[in-house]
Amino acid sequence: MSLARRIIACLDTDGARVVKGVHFEGLRDAGDPVELAARYNAEGADELVVLDIAAARDNRPTFLETIRRVAEQLAIPLTAGGGIRSLEAARAVVRAGADKIAVNTAAVERPELLGELSAEFGAQAVVLAIDAKREGADWQVRIRGGRQATSLVAREWALHGAESGAGEILLTSVDRDGTQSGFDTELTWAISKAVSVPVIASGGAKVPVHFLEVFTRGAADAALAASIFHDQVQSIRALKEFLRSSGIEVRLPC
Amino acid sequence: MKVTLIDYGAGNVPSVERAFGRLGAQVETTNRAERIAEARCLVLPGVGHCAALIAALDARCLRQPLLRAIGRGAAYLGICLGLQALYESSEEAPTLKGLGLLAGRVTRLPENVKLPHMGWNTLKTVRATRLLDSVPSGAYFYFAHSFAASAAGEESAAVSEHGREFIAVLEKQNICAVQFHPEKSGPPGEQVLRNFLRAAA
Repeated sequence: MSLARRIIACLDTDGARVVKGVHFEGLRDAGDPVELAARYNAEGADELVVLDIAAARDNRPTFLETIRRVAEQLAIPLTAGGGIRSLEAARAVVRAGADKIAVNTAAVERPELLGELSAEFGAQAVVLAIDAKREGADWQVRIRGGRQATSLVAREWALHGAESGAGEILLTSVDRDGTQSGFDTELTWAISKAVSVPVIASGGAKVPVHFLEVFTRGAADAALAASIFHDQVQSIRALKEFLRSSGIEVRLPC
Repeated sequence: MKVTLIDYGAGNVPSVERAFGRLGAQVETTNRAERIAEARCLVLPGVGHCAALIAALDARCLRQPLLRAIGRGAAYLGICLGLQALYESSEEAPTLKGLGLLAGRVTRLPENVKLPHMGWNTLKTVRATRLLDSVPSGAYFYFAHSFAASAAGEESAAVSEHGREFIAVLEKQNICAVQFHPEKSGPPGEQVLRNFLRAAA
């Protein structure tokens, strides 16, 4: 018995549609969230993350409806994020069917939010999403979908976040996101070894060996990808079979 | 089969309700003492902080009706915190009293592993249990917790491991409980819920 490494499928939504951008920009339509959720659930994804990239702008009811419809499809955990700035907004996504809440910009601006969410839902339901960009020898935290720099160092912010109530870190490499050139294993290793909570690596995945690298050299507990699954470039089952044959423990659905 | 789902405000109530609904059970979601006292098949889901569950049960005066229902033989399924609440106490909320239906104290998993224990893990069966009928050996279940019951308890039917062994499935007369989330564990989780309904019938 030991804990399997997780493969997580991510849907970036703009209201009711899934979209995908390169370097957090240049969005294009990538499908229907409910159809994709059903497919990933059946293919053996270990979790699903739905991030509303339009959340800061408008259209909250549409996103909640998307969460509700996606949750109906799933017998696996669902994380919702994007524009969740208050306990009340978090309650709304949990009521809609999310098991976990991901926060990013709002936690940087008001770190107490992590403690408030953790007190109400438990640390296991609070995911701190960190967008990190290489700056010299370290990584800097960026907010607003990667567009705005902060003075925070990613490792210190991850540690503070875990101490404040986050039960998991969703770590995205801004440098790699959308490039399909592989995960930033150095960044992932630095954060994963620093914190006592699980770390989900994100940004840059294309081929199965990228996942193998981030589990071994990056010490990731989970790895997340979006477009390669949407576009059927990579099937989740084939990815997991590759990982298992490479000695990584993964859950292969019976 | 009618299932009475105790809703004390836990986040996973809707997904547990959906999961039983998919199996054709009639689900009543309630936080009313009289409904719980009369129930024949009770489910206590729970996720988050143990203190929140115990405090909510006591604030709504649900402890006695729940104990009475279990005492007269109602089928009980505890999920995650619904398992931990069965014990005398938990290290997570040391000043609060658990339901005390099982002896012992729930303790934190060791610090040498990442916590929460979050994700999919397998089980080792230690005693036959109806809950795992037709569940393939090697099946994975979804866990999300940092505290757990000692694997040594005689009520233990299956254990899992994260830093140490702990109880993953227990069955003692009409009391059943699982540390994982069957409502989030794909087909094997669904089978566990189906088995519970069968045992409760």
